[in-house]
Amino acid sequence: MSKKVAFLQGNEAAALGGIYAGCNFFGGYPITPSTEVAEVMSVELPKVGGKFIQMEDEIGAMAAILGASLAGSKVMTSTSGPGLSLKQELIGYGCIAEIPCVVYNVMRGGPSTGMPTGPSQSDVMCAKWGTHGDHPAICLTPASVQETYEEVIRAFNLSEKYRTPVMVMPDEIVAHMRERIVFPEPGEIEVIPRKTPTVEPAQYKPYDTSYGDVPPLAAFGSGYKFHVTGLNKLPDGFPTTKAEYVQAEEERQVRKVDANADDIIQFEEYMLDDAEIAVVAYGSTSRSARYAVNIAREQGIKAGMFRIKTFWPFPDKQIKALAQKVKGFIVPEMNLGMCSIEVERCAQGKAVILGINRVDGEPVNPDQILEKMKEVK
Amino acid sequence: MAFDYDKWIRPGKLPHIWCPGCGHGIVMKGLIRALDSLQLKKENTAIVSGIGCASRLPGYMDCCTLHTAHGRAAAFATGVKMAKPEMNVILVGGDGDGTAIGGNHFIHACRRNIDMTYIIMNNYIYGMTGGQFSPATPTGHKASTTPYGNPDPAFDIAKLAIGAGATFVARGTAYHAAQLDKLIAEAIQHKGFSVVEILDDCPTTYGRRNKYKSVVEMMNRLKEVAVPVKAAEKMTAEQLQGKVLTGVLYKEERAEYTAEYAKVIERAQAAK
Repeated sequence: MSKKVAFLQGNEAAALGGIYAGCNFFGGYPITPSTEVAEVMSVELPKVGGKFIQMEDEIGAMAAILGASLAGSKVMTSTSGPGLSLKQELIGYGCIAEIPCVVYNVMRGGPSTGMPTGPSQSDVMCAKWGTHGDHPAICLTPASVQETYEEVIRAFNLSEKYRTPVMVMPDEIVAHMRERIVFPEPGEIEVIPRKTPTVEPAQYKPYDTSYGDVPPLAAFGSGYKFHVTGLNKLPDGFPTTKAEYVQAEEERQVRKVDANADDIIQFEEYMLDDAEIAVVAYGSTSRSARYAVNIAREQGIKAGMFRIKTFWPFPDKQIKALAQKVKGFIVPEMNLGMCSIEVERCAQGKAVILGINRVDGEPVNPDQILEKMKEVK
Repeated sequence: MAFDYDKWIRPGKLPHIWCPGCGHGIVMKGLIRALDSLQLKKENTAIVSGIGCASRLPGYMDCCTLHTAHGRAAAFATGVKMAKPEMNVILVGGDGDGTAIGGNHFIHACRRNIDMTYIIMNNYIYGMTGGQFSPATPTGHKASTTPYGNPDPAFDIAKLAIGAGATFVARGTAYHAAQLDKLIAEAIQHKGFSVVEILDDCPTTYGRRNKYKSVVEMMNRLKEVAVPVKAAEKMTAEQLQGKVLTGVLYKEERAEYTAEYAKVIERAQAAK
């Protein structure tokens, strides 16, 4: 049997990927350029018995998915720049209370209202540093419609596996362009279920670390009674200010992601084996980068691309290793230098780093990248 | 009837954080009596709150309890109720949490008429942060941020709920403790979004700034201003000056949100 194919927009693929992953609750709020996700969810979710609600604001949408997740649903919301800023407090709530959820954010120009219909990659730092306090961060940056579908599934899996919010951040180009997509068969891509408790309700503690860094999560209404708060808490979920608990809990929440970086981080290495120049790119910019690398190779320039799929946790180890062998990095991105800060941190002065930065609502084009390659001496 | 308070209190979680003289404990007992008389299942009951003194209430209750972020109780609770419509969902919180930072979620929960009960403990002040004025603080009164008297007009929370579309709205006071369980029980039984505003007192941050000499004086004020709706019908406008109506203020039957969404699912699946 041949697989089902379609010609879809990134945002449409994101919604369908969510449904493949078992999403059964979506809290939305209209915002350009991500609204199509909510629209498709409002059509498709009730067909599979899931629930879609359009909330009164961005914060409400985030709150609703956290509540629904605690009641056992697999949940998602979608937004863009200003909405992401509004959701940040509750993304932090999801981190500290350890509630699985997927936040799909289409990157448009900013700050503030910025350029709602223009592409950008300027929310990647916001994905890690947007909410206050130390917290884990997982953020995926897909580069095609197919990958958006698959990365939303992976986001659900990671959020359930690590019991934490996961962000998927395509730029507006990926979100709105149309491409051929081949749908996986049911069961073809693994869908990871939530780890739920096996102990009797009376013995259950929602943050019992004797199960490891990711304790099982019961659902409200499933026979388990427990307490959830945004305060620093004890293993039983009740607030505490005791130094030894607070320190250990904060460290565990960050560790459960950072210590599993190898499981979470995905990337693509393109023509890097003998490369002297490594273009580090993500999202739609990586498509220009791939084109530029191909032309460069035709011209005898030893260029390659390191394509980031998992932006957070950042692929430190891989960039560190690359810095030992290349002369220079070129970091094209639709912001004034965000990924390049991370590349600089990882390269530790071992290679030159040149940014190409556009915030004019236009994509970085291959010519710009080729031109920049001449500066790597 | 005898009530089983211990059944509903979470073992080991008392004493509570509330100050001596605070009315929140009276409200919690009223809630317990309501839950006990309705014989709700603890594991099927979610109690959701925001931030503030009143919002600490869920932690003491042996149910599924969710202490959310400031103002967000109604939005979190909407997610819980949509996901599990069979659960009893009760919201608790204060006047600042519910009608200032949480005002938008509050009015929209009213509009949707989603089957949840919201108990608002109105003590006219932000107590936990030390006594700043809230949208319920009467004009002219003193708070730590209105040292020259409050220039803001106050919300009538019950009227706000009715205007926004809540289908059951009641008001009680911490003084009229015996009435609370009946009002709360009726609200829980109502199919739709129900609001119970409970006039409360904060002797620590409100009373002392507004010339109340004692908790007894604050309680006496609640006793004096409250007029049951039935009694009010026989009173003149002049007699009602400065009074506050208590009891069930509004009730209507209207389509409930989760039931309506179940119909959406039916329609979507029929069209498939």
